[in-house]
Amino acid sequence: MMQGLKQFFKSLFMLELMKGLSITGKHLFARKFTLYYPEEKAPISPRFRGLHALRRYPNGEERCIACKLCEAVCPALAITIESEQRDDGTRRTTRYDIDLTKCIFCGFCEESCPVDSIVETGIYEYHGEEHGDLYMTKEKLLEIGDKYEKDIAAARAADASYR
Amino acid sequence: MPEIKNYTLNFGPQHPAAHGVLRLVLEMDGEVIERADPHVGLLHRGTEKLAESKPYNQSIGYMDRLDYVSMMCNEHAYVMALEKMLGIEAPVRAQYIRVMFDEITRLLNHLMWLGTHALDVGAMTMFLYCFREREDLMDMYEAVSGARMHATYYRPGGVYRDLPDAMSQHKYSKYKSKKEIDKLNAARSGSLLDYIEDFTSRFPGYVDDYETLLTDNRIWKQRTVGIGVVSPERAQQLGFTGPMLRGSGIEWDLRKKQPYEVYDKMDFDIPVGVEGDCYDRYLVRIEEMRQSNRIIKQCIEWLRANPGPVMLEDHKLAPPKREEMKGDMESLIHHFKLFTEGYHLPAGEAYSAIEHPKGEFGIYLVSDGANKPYRLKIRAPGYAHLAAMHEMSEGHMLADVVAIIGTMDVVFGEIDR
Repeated sequence: MMQGLKQFFKSLFMLELMKGLSITGKHLFARKFTLYYPEEKAPISPRFRGLHALRRYPNGEERCIACKLCEAVCPALAITIESEQRDDGTRRTTRYDIDLTKCIFCGFCEESCPVDSIVETGIYEYHGEEHGDLYMTKEKLLEIGDKYEKDIAAARAADASYR
Repeated sequence: MPEIKNYTLNFGPQHPAAHGVLRLVLEMDGEVIERADPHVGLLHRGTEKLAESKPYNQSIGYMDRLDYVSMMCNEHAYVMALEKMLGIEAPVRAQYIRVMFDEITRLLNHLMWLGTHALDVGAMTMFLYCFREREDLMDMYEAVSGARMHATYYRPGGVYRDLPDAMSQHKYSKYKSKKEIDKLNAARSGSLLDYIEDFTSRFPGYVDDYETLLTDNRIWKQRTVGIGVVSPERAQQLGFTGPMLRGSGIEWDLRKKQPYEVYDKMDFDIPVGVEGDCYDRYLVRIEEMRQSNRIIKQCIEWLRANPGPVMLEDHKLAPPKREEMKGDMESLIHHFKLFTEGYHLPAGEAYSAIEHPKGEFGIYLVSDGANKPYRLKIRAPGYAHLAAMHEMSEGHMLADVVAIIGTMDVVFGEIDR
C-alpha cells in the first residue's frame, strides 16, 4: 500500500523526468567543453598522421632516394614514383605523386621510409577547389616540407624513442 | 467501401535513423509492420577480395574501416588470426595494451550506440554527452596511433609503438582564460596512462548521468520496454552474439568462455538481461561500459608496473627499430624485405574470433603459403543481427522499427564489408 502510494506520487510529479532535467539544467550553467574551432584548436600528438610532405636534408638536398619502398607498401596504391640518375651519379625521383583521394592515411609510407623523407605531418586543414588539387606532386610535397620543416622535425624528435 | 491493401514503405537508405545506408522495405498494415525486408550491400567495398591482393600487413588498415566505430577490435581479430597461423604470441605488455584499447574501443562503440539510439528515440541531449566522452577516448587513440579513428595500430607480434610518456597540451589563446586552459591541461600533464586513468575515474559518474537521464525516464521506457523481444532460444537459433544475446539472458562472452590475450587475468562480470527487449539490451550495454572501465583500470595498473617490449624481436615478422635499421646492413635488408614482400604464412587455415562490442567478430583466413591470403572471410556480428529484422519488428509500429535498428547497433561498414 505504502509502496503503491509512493509510486503514485513519484509518477504524478514526474520525479524521474525532473532528475533528468536537473542534469541538463546543470550543464546550462557549467563550463562549456567546446572549442572555438578555427581560432582554438584541439591539441594533436606528435604521432598525428595528416597531410604528407617530402623533407630535405639541412643542406637543401632532397632526402628521397627513389627506393620506392613507400610505393610498394602503400595499401591504397596512392603513390607513383619515377626515377632517374642525376648528373652527379645519385638516384633521385623525377616524379613523386600521392593521390590524396586514394590515400587512407595508414602511415605505412612514413614507417617504411629509410631516409625519413616522406612524412605525415600534423596538418589536417587542407582542401582542393577543383579536381586534381588533391593530387600531390613532388613540388607540392617538397613545398609543404620546406614550409613546416620545424614542426615536422620536432614531432619526429618527440617520437623517435618509440619507433 | 474499397478494400484496404497493405502499404509498402521504403525506409532509407538516406533516412537519418537508418544508421548509415540501411534500406528497409516495410510492408505496413496501417502503422503496423507486416514484413520488414532489409536490403544490404550499399556500402560494399570488397574488403575480403581486396585483402587477397596485398601482403598481410597492408590489410590491417582496411580492418579499421569495417566496423568504423570499433576500429581496434577489428584489427585485433585480424592480427590474432595471423598470429595463430604464424604460431607466435605477442609480448605480455602488448597483450595488455591490446586489451586496454579493446575496452576503450568498446566504450567508444557503446557511447556512439547510446548517443544515436537515444537520439533516434527522441532524447537529443544524450548524443551531446556521449560525444563529449568520445572526444577524450579519441584523444587516447590519437596519442597512441596518430589517428583519431582509423588507427592501424595493432601488428602481428604486438603493437606498433609503446604508449607515449607525454600528452600534447592545449595552447593558450585569447578565447579562454589561462585558468581554464590550465584546467583542461591538468589531465594531460602526465603520460597517456595518467590521462586514461583520469578518464576512468571520471567515467562512472558520466554513466550515472546517462542512467539518470534514461533508465527511469518514462518516455524512454515506453519506447523500449517490450519492443523487439527475442527469446533466449530464438536468439541462439538466429546466431546472435554479444549484447544482443546477453540481453536475452544467455551468459555468453568470448572474453570469459574462450579467453584470448590476458582476459583470463582480468576481473570483470558479464551482465545479462531478462526479458530480451530493447530496454534490457540497453541495460546490458550500460553495465558493459562500467565493466570495461574496470578492465581498463586493471590494465593501467599492470602497465605502469611492467615496462617492456611491445613487439616481437623476430625481424622476419616485425621491422627492426629505426635506429638499428639505419646503422646495420642486415636490419636494413630485413626492413626492405618486410615492407615489400612481407612475410609468408604457412599453408593452412585459421579462425580467430574476439568479443567485439557488437558480438562475435571473426576472421577466417586461408593461406596457400604465399605472402597474401588465399581467402579471407569476415564474420560480422551485425549481419546476423540485421537478418532478424523481420522477426523482431513484425507486429510493432513504424516508430518501433527505429528503436529496433538502434538496439541492434548496426554499422554498415561491417555488414556490407
